[in-house]
Amino acid sequence: MVVRNLPENHEQAQETIGVLDLQGSVFEHLDHLKRIGILGRPVKMPGDVLNLAGLIIPGGESTCLARLIDIFGIGDAVKTAFARGMNIWGTCAGAILLASNVIGESSHLRLIDMDIERNSFGSQLDSFASTAVIPRISPYPLPLTFIRAPKIRRIGQGVISLLQIEDYIAVAESSRVLVTVFHPELTGGVAFHRYFARKCGLVPLDESRVADTDPAWNRNSWMRFAPVPQG
Amino acid sequence: MDVKRYELNVQLAQMLKGGVIMDVTNVEQAKIAEEAGAVAVMALERVPADIRQQGGVARMSDPAMIAEIKKAVSIPVMAKARIGHFVEAQILEALKIDYIDESEVLTPADEECHIDKTKFALPFVCGARNLGEALRRIAEGAAMIRTKGEAGTGNVVEAVRHMRTMNREIRQLVNMPLEEVTGFAKVNGMPYELALKVRELKRLPVVNFAAGGIATPADAALMMQLGCDGVFVGSGIFKSANPSLRARAVVRATAYYNDPQKILEASMGLGEAMPGLEISEIPEGQLLAGRGW
Repeated sequence: MVVRNLPENHEQAQETIGVLDLQGSVFEHLDHLKRIGILGRPVKMPGDVLNLAGLIIPGGESTCLARLIDIFGIGDAVKTAFARGMNIWGTCAGAILLASNVIGESSHLRLIDMDIERNSFGSQLDSFASTAVIPRISPYPLPLTFIRAPKIRRIGQGVISLLQIEDYIAVAESSRVLVTVFHPELTGGVAFHRYFARKCGLVPLDESRVADTDPAWNRNSWMRFAPVPQG
Repeated sequence: MDVKRYELNVQLAQMLKGGVIMDVTNVEQAKIAEEAGAVAVMALERVPADIRQQGGVARMSDPAMIAEIKKAVSIPVMAKARIGHFVEAQILEALKIDYIDESEVLTPADEECHIDKTKFALPFVCGARNLGEALRRIAEGAAMIRTKGEAGTGNVVEAVRHMRTMNREIRQLVNMPLEEVTGFAKVNGMPYELALKVRELKRLPVVNFAAGGIATPADAALMMQLGCDGVFVGSGIFKSANPSLRARAVVRATAYYNDPQKILEASMGLGEAMPGLEISEIPEGQLLAGRGW
């Protein structure tokens, strides 16, 4: 794959947010980071986790991601980097990987104290899009896309809910972990990416440069990051 | 289907990118596939290799069997309807699976019309041998495309042909002057607006997986390097000597498709692959890729 925005030196690396690149919505997150002027980098090997300001674990299938993070030791590298101060954000499957408890199943990275229930809405017919105002993230309504989404059922001490919908929590955070059960990367909303970049101590383009919902985005925008065929 | 629903369906396919979708015929196989890291399973009564061998009319699988598999796994479940058989698709939608494959592996029910997929809330994936065929299916409402390849052969040659054909036609579209697009679209049976979209995006406007003949980790990585977004493995897993081991290896090689060292490690000691078929030895009437248009 053509790796874009690869930081060239150590100093730059500390201003970079990595996106776990094993399966799922990797290009979508890289596209959003680029929109707010933040360096993004695909993370495929344990060494790639070193010196990142933050890491995004994207949407995808959590069972697949859980298997792949075990094989080459990326899971352990993420835990080590987290212990050294790296921030992490998980969307959908990423949130499942980060949870201390996955209801009825085994848990994985266990970096945020919460109970999460996989595929909690039903089949693809129950996937939906909506909007919500999440004051901590943006004063404006943000587009939310739920695809076979999980539900956060309980949060522990040191974890706060940023959005409660009916009987579940959709957004939660601790001092260094952010989780969303929906996919900001599948919408024009860049407010979460900006919020996470600031949480990581970075300075993204502000609201006067890129609106919280970027009008220049469309659902094919991720394709600019897709690899060029080798044949 | 409204625009928002179609978008959600295209986006579910986006979530599967970089993953492997495996054919399974019972609960036990579905669990092996999920455990190995498949991003979805295709529930069907007979894998293509058996359909090919046993002959006869191949239809949608027994919904009871699909329902059992749906209950046993938490990853998305897909199932096949015959080309043009919109009532089989209605049944699958009523069953609330996650994705319908309008598939040439089953005996076509209609030689003139494919299913009008815009009438359904559930997403469809359809097979294609070239860009024109892919765009016709998208025009009918498909939310995801796969190469047809030649299913049930364990021979990747047709999948490679179809992928390279699509890549070549996309390059042609991107590089030609605008005034040539109308003629190119006409000759290749491409809806004009979609041809323009491909020209702008330099790729298909939906996720495109490889399918039909993938049997080894190397086959999967080959298709990924050729530019597909993920792979389907049909008979290749459960017709091999050690399905669990092979399933894991294909998942690994698909995720690390650009890393020869990782593909090497994934390829070691997997036992016998499924027996393969030479395409030229298959009687003309038994080739599946020519079904549908």
